[in-house]
Amino acid sequence: MLTNRPDTLKSRVHVAGVGVISAIGVSVNETLQAFQHYRSGIGPINFLNTAHQHSLPVGEVKLSNDQLEKKLGVKPNLTRTALLGIHAARQAVAHARVKISNWRSGLISATTVGGMDKTENFFSEFLQDTQRGNLHDVVNHECGKSTMLIADDLGIHGFLSTVNTACSSSVNAIMLGARLITQGMLDVVVAGGSDALTKFTLNGFNSLMILDGEPCRPFDATRNGLNLGEGAGFVVLVSDRVHEQESLDSLALVSGFANTNDAFHQTASSPDGRGPYSAMEQALKTSGLTTADIHYINLHGTGTLNNDLSEGTAVKRLFGEHLPALSSTKAFTGHTLGASGGIEAVFSVMSLMHQSVWPNLRFAEAMPELGIVPQKTVEQMSVKNVMSNSFGFGGNCSSIILSKA
Amino acid sequence: MYIKGMGTISPQQSWGDETLLSQIMQSNGDRLTCYEPEYEQWIDPKNLRRMSRIIKLGVTAGLMALKEADITNPDGIITGTGYGCLDDTGIFLTKMILNEEQALNPTPFIQSTHNTIGGQLALLLQCQHYNQTYTQGAFSVESSLVDAVLQLRENPTKKLLIGGADEITEASHAIQKRFGFFKKELNTNLELFNTPEGTINGEGASFVVLSGEAGAHDIASIEAVQMFYKPSDAALQKGITEALTQCGIDPSDVDFILSGKSGDERSDGVLQNVTAEMFASSSSGYFKHLCGEYPTASSFALWLAARILHEHHIPDAVIVRNTGRSVKNVLILNQYFGTYYSLILLQSCRATL
Repeated sequence: MLTNRPDTLKSRVHVAGVGVISAIGVSVNETLQAFQHYRSGIGPINFLNTAHQHSLPVGEVKLSNDQLEKKLGVKPNLTRTALLGIHAARQAVAHARVKISNWRSGLISATTVGGMDKTENFFSEFLQDTQRGNLHDVVNHECGKSTMLIADDLGIHGFLSTVNTACSSSVNAIMLGARLITQGMLDVVVAGGSDALTKFTLNGFNSLMILDGEPCRPFDATRNGLNLGEGAGFVVLVSDRVHEQESLDSLALVSGFANTNDAFHQTASSPDGRGPYSAMEQALKTSGLTTADIHYINLHGTGTLNNDLSEGTAVKRLFGEHLPALSSTKAFTGHTLGASGGIEAVFSVMSLMHQSVWPNLRFAEAMPELGIVPQKTVEQMSVKNVMSNSFGFGGNCSSIILSKA
Repeated sequence: MYIKGMGTISPQQSWGDETLLSQIMQSNGDRLTCYEPEYEQWIDPKNLRRMSRIIKLGVTAGLMALKEADITNPDGIITGTGYGCLDDTGIFLTKMILNEEQALNPTPFIQSTHNTIGGQLALLLQCQHYNQTYTQGAFSVESSLVDAVLQLRENPTKKLLIGGADEITEASHAIQKRFGFFKKELNTNLELFNTPEGTINGEGASFVVLSGEAGAHDIASIEAVQMFYKPSDAALQKGITEALTQCGIDPSDVDFILSGKSGDERSDGVLQNVTAEMFASSSSGYFKHLCGEYPTASSFALWLAARILHEHHIPDAVIVRNTGRSVKNVLILNQYFGTYYSLILLQSCRATL
């Protein structure tokens, strides 16, 4: 990558394919069915071996590691983050029908836990004796290792990177991919993220006392915390040239994005949502659109008291009284942390593809401070531009706009 | 991209006013740990109290770079870290297991995420701009630089704070040792290249302030960044040649090669061949006997290369082959366990050359 290369003709960024796995399905089709039938994926823990198995509902992918391995035909003992990632990334590439080896291709994945699911097994033995614990369980600990495993599976050698900006990670991965294509540095980028449920994150969020013991109720007055989820979501981004030469579908265009920092507190959002506000505002600015052009917002909407009030305040401040359709799909999937931006980017593309908006399950009563009523039903409507928000620890706020091609 | 300021905390005396590597820090174990400043001079003690070591290292190195660049608030913060905040991760994991998942203190969990350094810098500086963290082994710093390239091509006037940080913890060292990564007996890190197997563990934090606009006090410029994932010898040579050609130079124009030789010939071979075959007329040197091997070691190399260009002098502790050439183009060629290869080309900003 040259630092001083003159600007070439800037390319648009097409989404040519999407892939997703979460608590509500192992494919785009299953996901669509779940939306249409209001089928939430939140329920009791089946696979994660934890003391909280019977007290904390989660959005678990309904396949064990063994089942995932068999389905994918990969070698045993991969981390769950890698398995989920390989599954969704393969789907996205197949959906795009692009031959990645013909182009300068890259993989940018996001994860917050990496191989933690195996590391926590290792650690209990290691704590008793530092010579104990199976090294196979830590060999894939690093976040970057899961990306490496996905890249090796897809046969991508040209460019790989991993983003970890906590819960906003995947949107930042897509943002980097879009920039690389816009500036002509890569032709094809598989971008998104993957995160598995682990005891580490479950206990982490539990120690912060922001997990709801019941299925979560984003944007509801009675909301009482989030449910953790897991999964992976990837989009295949291609340049104008690839789009034309390979006669690919353009499911959507990445038309705007922004990454800002709330700079308020390590974990809590500012009361006026200054970080979320500027992320949405700057994303709009880069897209050249106005608030009236946005037809649907896929909210970050975790279901915590703090996030939903802060995000809702920022949305209202930016959009005024005429809000577009908006919903948090985390009532379906749970909060999938570093994967959420990728999964929800897929949901946003699906919204453009099906000219439909997705419901905010379990909503009954608006937050008294804001009076925002999210989308309650699946509804067919004209959807030209979708905004998707992701915010995380460390003040990281990102917003992306996907538009009908 | 022009380097406006740097801040580096490493196993060497790399901060303050010391002459570049005038006194080499030595250690006789299988790890090199940072020579740390008094953090109270940089960070308010009430904030310092909760910070783990990697956060202190990273935040302070970032603040040092901003000070040298003479700016108070950058237009973006981009951090690379291979392992993230290992100490807080280990603390939370340990407590979680020992307490059987009950009554846990959330602080180490909160601070365990990889973006804590970038987040803490944003919080201290009240920097609400772009904030990004990459964690791709020994591409973490390089990813950050590529991101900077993209941003500065969009808007060259921006000033971005970019760096890398990794820490050694007791647990991480014990685990990596079991993988057989390190030399068993080493009298001093200066003997890293004397035996064939194993490297030495390292750590550090190093930040630079980059802008697309040249100024009167630039330390050096970064001309190219390229990553090569599991390349064949031929692909690596081709990639390096292409990158140099695009910069308008030949391999013979490279005055000094700063090589990421690790001391373990199982992973050093390819780099050794490339250096010998492509850069026979260049001076060359190593840096990992000074900082150790870790995913973001290239941020130490970046600091070292820029200082070499700025001071127009290659320290004795670094140089291996001296062809007596004046130093205008420095090429960092790094490798990490034979998997990650990268290049960073720097150029002198000295007007007299």
